[in-house]
Amino acid sequence: MAYPPRRYLPESSFGYPTPPQHPTRWYDDAAGPMVRPYAMTKGRTRPAGREFDLIALVVSDVPDAMELPVGPEAGLILDLCQNNALSVAEIAAEIDLPLGVVRVLLGDLLAAEYIRVSRPVPPALLPDEHILQEVINGLRAL
Amino acid sequence: MDSALSDAAVQETPVLALKILVAGGFGVGKTTLVGSVSEIRPLRTEEQLTAAGRGVDDLGGVEQKRTTTVAMDFGRITIRDDLSVYLFGTPGQDRFWFLWDELAQGALGAVVLADTRRLTDCFPAVDFFEHRGIPFVVAVNRFAGTRGFRPEEVSRALDLDGDTPVVMCDARHRSSGKEVLINLVEYAGRVHAARLLAEVG
Repeated sequence: MAYPPRRYLPESSFGYPTPPQHPTRWYDDAAGPMVRPYAMTKGRTRPAGREFDLIALVVSDVPDAMELPVGPEAGLILDLCQNNALSVAEIAAEIDLPLGVVRVLLGDLLAAEYIRVSRPVPPALLPDEHILQEVINGLRAL
Repeated sequence: MDSALSDAAVQETPVLALKILVAGGFGVGKTTLVGSVSEIRPLRTEEQLTAAGRGVDDLGGVEQKRTTTVAMDFGRITIRDDLSVYLFGTPGQDRFWFLWDELAQGALGAVVLADTRRLTDCFPAVDFFEHRGIPFVVAVNRFAGTRGFRPEEVSRALDLDGDTPVVMCDARHRSSGKEVLINLVEYAGRVHAARLLAEVG
C-alpha cells in the first residue's frame, strides 16, 4: 500500500489518499473480540470443580447479583438464572460467550454457592416409559 | 401432582432435561430441522485444537495451545415446566469429532439426517452412534427433485441393523420434524426397555 512516506500533506498535488472523515476503527469483527474470551476467566480453561454438562440446569437464588463481588459476565449469568433454571448451553448462547468460558465462570459461581446445578439424568437411568410417553405427547402437541 | 405418584415419596420433582442430537453431513438440513421444531440459537464453543490431535501428537508440556471456535445449533422444546428436550446440531466437519463425544454423553438418542444424493456423508454419524450404542433413527431429508427411495432401500444401503428406523422427512416443516423426533423417542424407549430386560435376564 502506497502511503505517505513521512509527512502528510493535505494540499499536496501528489496523489495521496484523502484523510478519512471519521477516525477508522482499527479493530473490527474479523479481528475477533477485543477481550479474548479466556481473559474473563483469568486464563483458566477448565472449571475449578467438576465439568458441567451441556444440559445441566443452573439456578441462582441470590437476591441481588449487583451486590456480589463477581465480574460482569458472572453477574449476567446470575441475572439470567435468577429463579429460572437454564441449561449451560442456553446460558452460553444467551450471553454469547464460548462454552468453555461459561463453564469456568459457573465453576466459580458454584464454589461461591451463588448457584445450584442439577445434573442431567445419567445415561444408565434413562427416563422411564411414562416420561418418554409424556415427551411424545408433548411433541405431538407442538 | 398425580395421586398415582403420591405414594412414591416424591419429595421434590426433579427438573428433567433430555438431550437429542441431530447429526449428518454438511448442508443436509440439520439447522433447518432443529429450527423447524424449536426456537433455535447458535452456541459457540471455543475448543482447544490440540484435543483433536490427542493420541497423534505428544503435546506434553506444550504450554501454548491454540483454540478454535466451533458453532453448533441448539434448540429447546419445553414439554412442561420441569421437562425439556434439548436438540443439538452436531458440527458437520470430521475434525470436530472430539465434540461429539461430549455431546453424545447421556443423550437419549440421535437423528441422522441423510441426503440420498450424498448418502456417504452420513456414514460417519451412523458409525458413531452404532459404536456407542446410542439409539438413532435415519431421517431422509427429501430435497426437491430427488429420486424417491423406499426406507428399506436406504436401510440396506446404509447397512443398518434391522430395527433402526428410517423415516422420510422434510426438515423445513414442523409437522415432519415432529414425526422424526416422535419416531426417535419411541425407538429409544424400545431400545431402553430391551436393555433393561437383558440386564434382568
